[in-house]
Amino acid sequence: MKELVEKIRKIFSDEKLELLIGYTKGTLPLRSTPGLIESADEADKLIFDFTCCNNLAKYLVDEKKRSGNTHRIGIIAKGCDARAVVQLVMEGQFERENVVIIGVPCKGVIDPSKLRKKLNGKEIIKFKVNRDKITLFGKNFELELNKNELFSDSCLSCRYPNAVQYDYFIGEPSEPLGVRDEYASVDEFEQKLPEKRWTYFEKEYSRCIRCYACRNACPMCYCEECFVDRSTPQWIGKGNDLSDTIIFHIVRVLHTAGRCVDCGACAAACPLNIDIRMLGKRIEKEVIERFGFTPGLDFETEPAMATFKENDKEEFIM
Amino acid sequence: MKDEFKPRIIGFLCNWCSYAGADLAGTSRLQYPPSLLPIRVMCSSRVDPLFVISAFLRGADAVLIAGCHPGDCHYQEGNYYARRRFACVRKVFETLGMESDRLRLSWISASEGPRFANVITEYTEKIKKMGPNPAKKNIFL
Ligand code: SF4
Ligand code: SF4
Ligand code: SF4
Ligand code: FES
Repeated sequence: MKELVEKIRKIFSDEKLELLIGYTKGTLPLRSTPGLIESADEADKLIFDFTCCNNLAKYLVDEKKRSGNTHRIGIIAKGCDARAVVQLVMEGQFERENVVIIGVPCKGVIDPSKLRKKLNGKEIIKFKVNRDKITLFGKNFELELNKNELFSDSCLSCRYPNAVQYDYFIGEPSEPLGVRDEYASVDEFEQKLPEKRWTYFEKEYSRCIRCYACRNACPMCYCEECFVDRSTPQWIGKGNDLSDTIIFHIVRVLHTAGRCVDCGACAAACPLNIDIRMLGKRIEKEVIERFGFTPGLDFETEPAMATFKENDKEEFIM
Repeated sequence: MKDEFKPRIIGFLCNWCSYAGADLAGTSRLQYPPSLLPIRVMCSSRVDPLFVISAFLRGADAVLIAGCHPGDCHYQEGNYYARRRFACVRKVFETLGMESDRLRLSWISASEGPRFANVITEYTEKIKKMGPNPAKKNIFL
């Protein structure tokens, strides 16, 4: 952490940053919180470890909206945060020169819903990490786990743990965890009969309370007014109706198609541990196969949904 | 015979080609099943996936989006974007376990009256075989 803090201090003054978006310690064990640093002196608040599950690019768009895109902002970036920044630049959300990407090697982050499931309502007071193992301590209990059991599914199969595009990189690049094949879960899921797939999603989505935390955590959901909040026309009802919930999930996934960087921030934000990833991941695969596009890798390739090829596959056209 | 299933297909037809194609089919007095409820849009790319979902929600058995042939879009490129967009929509439906064939695209020019009649006839037959949209009952409760 010392190296991080010192380097950030230097970058802060070298680059004459007005703001840096990073992670600071959370108020609960195993949680971190996004932190806005306004001067080099504050840099010692910064942390980076396996609790940093937010996608900070979200705060960058928010800040750019607030400040009108003029000043330079630094951002600490895991592989997925950096990809989100690149995609946002490609979408014209802010200028490349107004953001300083500071890559940090990511070794995977905790998915809070997995932690919640393991704890089953119990509270942890502290934890101890010993290489791949983590021990959680609470009142009258102690639980030893493999770290992978807590890591987000996105991390277990992540291809880009290090920022692909960056201005600075602090530390040694990480190897991908490679616990799981990237599309293993969607491929397996696709083998199921349509009715089974439907039942699965129905079960998942029927628990959704439409708190929209998943949308709010997503760097790609920056619409001034989300379609779910619109009243003219009102696309979906406000109540707890399953069809409305399903419309939200279908449209959210379509709006993030070819843009989602699979950071897992949406899943991490969901208070009900709903499987938000499966559908998005399947569409990500479709976009790669059909259009050959992976979001956020470079500043040259046009994003999939903002371009076309004359000979795009059209087997569904009559 | 009385209970025969008559599919209701919502058609989003682009103003410049397919709507004119439909008109031509009409003025040429071509026969095709009265299953299509046409809605005129300025371009196939004007169709928001929400239109499609709303159509299903309100009881449509199928949705057909028809526009100009590739290269002929009045706005040059609209139909190419629509093609990409609806490829994704179909995949989402399919992944969810819905029947993605209830959503189709077609390229029909202003001079293709007979083609318009054929597409509607063919699609109506197909949807007849598939039966009423189960999403009406199951998915959109
Ligand atoms: S965070 Fe979870 S509960 Fe909230 S809207 Fe998203 S899926 Fe639903
Ligand atoms: S949809 Fe979820 S995984 Fe994808 S970019 Fe948004 S927050 Fe990240
Ligand atoms: S769900 Fe769609 S409309 Fe809503 S904020 Fe995200 S991208 Fe915008
Ligand atoms: S105007 Fe006909 S498809 Fe664009």
